[in-house]
Amino acid sequence: MKKGKVRGKVSILEHELVPLHEVMTEREVEELLNKYKIKKEQLPKIKSSDPVIREIKAREGDVVRITRKSRTAGKTLFYRLVTK
Amino acid sequence: MDAGERDIVRALEKMGIEREMAELVAEDFNVSELKAGRDELLALGIEEHYADDILKILGIEESEVKFSDIELRVNMSSLPDKIKEELKSKLRVVRRKLSREKLDSIVDRAEREYEKARVEPREAVGIVAAQSIGEPGTQMTLRTFHYAGVGAIYITLGLPRIIEIVDARKKPSTPAMKVRLTGEYASNRHKAEMLAMGIEETHIRDVAKVESSTEDMCIRVYLNERELSRRGIEEGEVIDKIKSLDMPIQEEDGKLKIYTRNNSYHELLRLEERVANMLVHGIEGIRRAIVRKSQDGEYMVYTEGSALKKISRIEGVDFSRTTTNNIAEIADVLGIEAARNAIIDEMLNTLEEQGLDVDARHVTLIADAMTVDGEVKQIGRHGLAGEKASVLSRAAFEVTVDNLLEAAIHGETDELKGVTENVIVGQPIRLGTGAVELVAKNYSELR
Repeated sequence: MKKGKVRGKVSILEHELVPLHEVMTEREVEELLNKYKIKKEQLPKIKSSDPVIREIKAREGDVVRITRKSRTAGKTLFYRLVTK
Repeated sequence: MDAGERDIVRALEKMGIEREMAELVAEDFNVSELKAGRDELLALGIEEHYADDILKILGIEESEVKFSDIELRVNMSSLPDKIKEELKSKLRVVRRKLSREKLDSIVDRAEREYEKARVEPREAVGIVAAQSIGEPGTQMTLRTFHYAGVGAIYITLGLPRIIEIVDARKKPSTPAMKVRLTGEYASNRHKAEMLAMGIEETHIRDVAKVESSTEDMCIRVYLNERELSRRGIEEGEVIDKIKSLDMPIQEEDGKLKIYTRNNSYHELLRLEERVANMLVHGIEGIRRAIVRKSQDGEYMVYTEGSALKKISRIEGVDFSRTTTNNIAEIADVLGIEAARNAIIDEMLNTLEEQGLDVDARHVTLIADAMTVDGEVKQIGRHGLAGEKASVLSRAAFEVTVDNLLEAAIHGETDELKGVTENVIVGQPIRLGTGAVELVAKNYSELR
């Protein structure tokens, strides 16, 4: 029997464990920070070497909006600051 | 068009109705005495949802509450999606008994109740989570291994598994994958078996006898025909693999001789081991692969050993639904958010398997705390507890002297904001009612 055929790279973004990550615009970030009265550095972090961050080509200093599936609320939004 | 009509057109446009439509409505109906109902508007060729909007703007309300009303009203509320869905489905059942006022007050009430049910600011959620998992934890089996319900693959479950997750080990004691398949592979048992066989790792030592001979300083490899055919591997594959070593080789019927370069005994032994451990077939790290039918009736492959990245490139594997119990691997391949989801899933499944019912929110909090900084951190000295801002709190946890000494050298200050440090110095903790010192009623008015 032949070895399992090798195919091209599969996008990790389609994996069921990976929620939607989107880079936020400056204005959205400002609104977010004002809403919670916090500074950017107080947001949870995500590494720029994170596979999803590399895939969506976000850069250090960007804020990503993550649309999580939640067991209790159905859908929740979460935010992370891209760091080194 | 008179002034009245223009007003209507403008009002309708504001509501997002196209100008053309708006003019049509304004022309055809004298608004002050408009008796037109939904049907007349529909007859004009206006779409249903526009018609509803128009009637609403014109102040003509159909008395009956429609499905779309429930939809709109509930969506406008501040409730989370899941509760919205539940509320909608319940409202749909009693739709005929509803009036608009009743609908409004039901949704308002739901919003109020939801607000009341939320955690208060300054509630010590971490401690509640720790207790909620700690207590059922005392009832868990300490027995490490368990029949995972799939063939003879053993998976660590129970308390040891929970500890493993919370400690953020780089590799679980029993790595395993659940590989989902696509199309024909998922429906045809034979194809699934073939795939499973194709990913199981096969080393030369599994299909041949490898011996070193000090007599003529060479390694002898005797291929085992039966093993080869059972695993569906061609002799040539093995020989090619050995040839890739780039060593002097002699082939004799069914036997291979590999000579060493500089005739040292040491080299001979090293070479023997290297040849025996060469991978001829499959994916490194997948020790076994077993096909089983899943609950939804698809065939899937359970593996002992984990290699998420490599399995994603195999034809027939549905990578988007394939998971591993190795959380560090998920963080590497799929990112921190996927790792968070994996921690939650693994913990809840482990708890559930033991028949323990722990609210998902407690587990979610732990997963969140472990992943806030973008990497999976353990809950312990080398992770969360070791990085707490307070000296006293760290010293109270583990390795007291080291922590105090280290803090003294760096001249650290303790802000006494946390729970532990305030208990140590004998002050009320700043949580719950202790978080507030003095509150003046209507402070802003007094100013």
